[in-house]
Amino acid sequence: MIVLENLHKSFGPLEVLKGINLTVDKGEVVSLIGASGSGKSTLLYCINALETIDGGKVTVDGVDVHAKGTDINKLRQKLGTVFQQWNSFPHLTALENVALAPRVVSKFSRKDAQEIAAKQLTHVGLGDKLNHYPSQLSGGQQQRLAIARALAMEPTYMLFDEATSALDPELVGEVLDIMRMLASEGMTMIVVTHEMSFARDVSDRVAFFKKGVLAEIGAPEDVMNNPQDPDLQRFLSTIG
Amino acid sequence: MDYQFHWRPVIQALPDLLKASLVTLQVSLIAMALGLMIGLVLYFFRASQLRVLRGFGSTWVEIARNTPSLFQIFVFYWGLGEFGIFLSSYTAVVAALTFNCAGYMAETYRGGFNAVNPGQDKAARTLGMTRFQSMRYVVLPQVLRAIYGPMTNQFTWVILASSLGMLAGLRELSGETQYFNSRTFRTFEFFAATAVIYYLIAKMALLLMALLGRPLFKAERAKS
Amino acid sequence: MTDVFTTLQWSDLIFLLEGAWKTIQISVVSILLGTLLGMVFGWLMSLNNKLITFAVMAVLDVFRSVPLLIQLILFDSFVAIAGFPLPAFWSGTIVLIIYTASLVAVVVHSGIDAVPPGLRAAARCLGMSYWQEMRHVTTPVGLRTAFPSWLGVALATIKDSALVSAIGYVELLRASQILNTRTQESVKIMLLVGLIYFIISYPLSRLGARYEQRQKS
Repeated sequence: MIVLENLHKSFGPLEVLKGINLTVDKGEVVSLIGASGSGKSTLLYCINALETIDGGKVTVDGVDVHAKGTDINKLRQKLGTVFQQWNSFPHLTALENVALAPRVVSKFSRKDAQEIAAKQLTHVGLGDKLNHYPSQLSGGQQQRLAIARALAMEPTYMLFDEATSALDPELVGEVLDIMRMLASEGMTMIVVTHEMSFARDVSDRVAFFKKGVLAEIGAPEDVMNNPQDPDLQRFLSTIG
Repeated sequence: MDYQFHWRPVIQALPDLLKASLVTLQVSLIAMALGLMIGLVLYFFRASQLRVLRGFGSTWVEIARNTPSLFQIFVFYWGLGEFGIFLSSYTAVVAALTFNCAGYMAETYRGGFNAVNPGQDKAARTLGMTRFQSMRYVVLPQVLRAIYGPMTNQFTWVILASSLGMLAGLRELSGETQYFNSRTFRTFEFFAATAVIYYLIAKMALLLMALLGRPLFKAERAKS
Repeated sequence: MTDVFTTLQWSDLIFLLEGAWKTIQISVVSILLGTLLGMVFGWLMSLNNKLITFAVMAVLDVFRSVPLLIQLILFDSFVAIAGFPLPAFWSGTIVLIIYTASLVAVVVHSGIDAVPPGLRAAARCLGMSYWQEMRHVTTPVGLRTAFPSWLGVALATIKDSALVSAIGYVELLRASQILNTRTQESVKIMLLVGLIYFIISYPLSRLGARYEQRQKS
C-alpha cells in the first residue's frame, strides 16, 4: 500500500504539490490526469524519492520513504519506474539492459540475471530482440524494454510517467497494450497519462490534478463521464 | 649542396635508439594512465560543492592548460631545488607529463559527463542502484565512449611531448638521439631517423587504441 | 668577487620581458601565417577530390605525428647543411608556421564539413557562384563551429613557441633559464615566467570557454 499524507513540495518559490492525500491499495490501478505542470509527475518522483519533499509523509508498505535511515535503494526495487524518455542504456544490448540491475543490485549470477531478463523481454514481446542495441529499436520497443527492465526487479508497484507521450502516434498502442496486460495481471500501478481512453478503460480510480491540488478522484465512469469540477469539465472537453 | 650524408652511424646506433623508444613508451604510458585517474579526480573536485576542492581542481587545470609543457618539465626538474627536492630526469618528466595530462583530461571528462543524459542516472537509481553502481555500470561506460576520441589524441600527444625529456637530460628516444648526435655530429641523419621512429610509434599507438576501443563501440557498429 | 652568482636585479626583469616580447612575436607571426596556410590546406581537403584530400591529409599528418622539437632540430640542421643557414628566429618560426597550419587545416576542414550540404546547395540554387557561396554561406556558418577549435590551436602555438628555445633562440623560457643559471633563484624566476605565460594564454582560453558556453545555450 502506498500512502501519501498531506504531501507538500516546492521548487523555489513555486509550490507544485499543495497537501496531497492519496492511498493506493495493492492491485489497484490509479491514473493521474490533468494539465501539464499540475504536479502529477512530481508526485511520482516524491514516491520513489527522486525528489525530496517539503512537508507531509509518503509511506510504501508502511516504510516512511523520506525518513532518515530508510534504505532507499532497497525501497526503489519495489517501485518500478517508467519514464517519458525511456532512458534505455545505449551501451548495452536489450538483454544486458534488463539483466544489469538483477545482477548488480539483487546479486544474481550473470546467467540467472540473463534468464530473468530473457523472460521479461519475452513477456513484453521483445523475445526476438534480445541481442539488439537500443539504437536498433523503435521508440515503442525501447519503452517496452524499459518496462521489462523495471519488471525484472519484481516490483510490487509500477509508476508510469507519461510513458507514451514521447512516442510517435503509431507506436503508442503497443506500449498501452503492455500496460493493459500488466493491469490485468494484477499489478499495482500509478499512471500519469494523457491517454484518456486508457484512464477510462483500465483504471480503478482516476485522479484529476489542478495546480498542485487533487481536485477530484473517483471511479473512471464518475470522474470522466460526470465531472463536477468546472476545470475538469473544460480539461476533458479539450482533450477529447 | 656539398654535404655528404652518412647514415652508417645511424644504422649502427639503431638498436640503442629502439631501446630508448621503450623508455619513451614507458614514460608515455605511465603519464597517460596516471593522468586518466587524476584527471577523473580533478573532474569530481571541480564538480564538487566544496569551494576548496573546486579551487584546487580549477587551479590545476588552468595552470596545466595555460603554460608550456616544456616549462612544466623545467619546473619539476629544476624548480623544486630551492625546496630541497631534486627529482631525477625520469621522475621529473613523468610528473610533469602527468600533471599536464591530468589537467587536460579533467576538461575532457567534463565534456564526457555532459554528453550523458541525466535520465540515465535517474533510470539506474530507480532500479535500486546506488550512486556508485549507477556511476560504475551506467554513466562511466558512456563517458568513456564519449571521451575515447580525445583520449586517443591525448595519448598521441603525450608520446610526442615526451621528446621534451631530452631537454631535461632524459635518455628517451630523443635524448638518446641527442647523445649520439653529440658524438658524431650527424644531426640531420640522426634526427631524421628519429622522426621516422616517432611517426611509426604514433601510428602504432593509434592502432592500439582503435583495437582496445573496439569492445566499447559494439553498439555503434551494430547500427549499420 | 667570491660569489659567481648574483642576485636578481631590475635589469633581469627587463631581460625577461624582452623574452616575453619575442615569444609574442614568434606566436603572432606563426599564428597569422599558419592560419592562412592552414585555410588553404583545409579548403583543398574539402574539395570533392578524394586524391587531393588524401594527399594533403597524409602530408599534414606527418607534421602532427612527429614531435615539434624534432622538426625544429631537423629543419635547423637541414638549412645549415643546405648552405643557407637562417637566424634561429626564422627557422623556428617557419617550422611553427607549418606545424600550426597542419592543425588549422583540420579545424578548417571540419568547419566546412559542418556546414549542411543542403544549405550550400540552396545557396547555389539562388544563383550564387562557388566563391559567392563560400564567402556568404560556408565561411560564416563554418566559422561558428571552427572558432573555438581555432582558439585552441592558437593557444597551443603560443605554448609551443617555447620549444624554439631548443635551437638557441632566446625567447621567454630560454631567458628564464639563463637567469636561473646565473642567480640560482629558480623559484622566483619560474613563478614569474609561469605568470607571464599565463597572462598571455589565459585570456584566449577564457574566450574559448565563453564562446563554447554561449553556443550551448
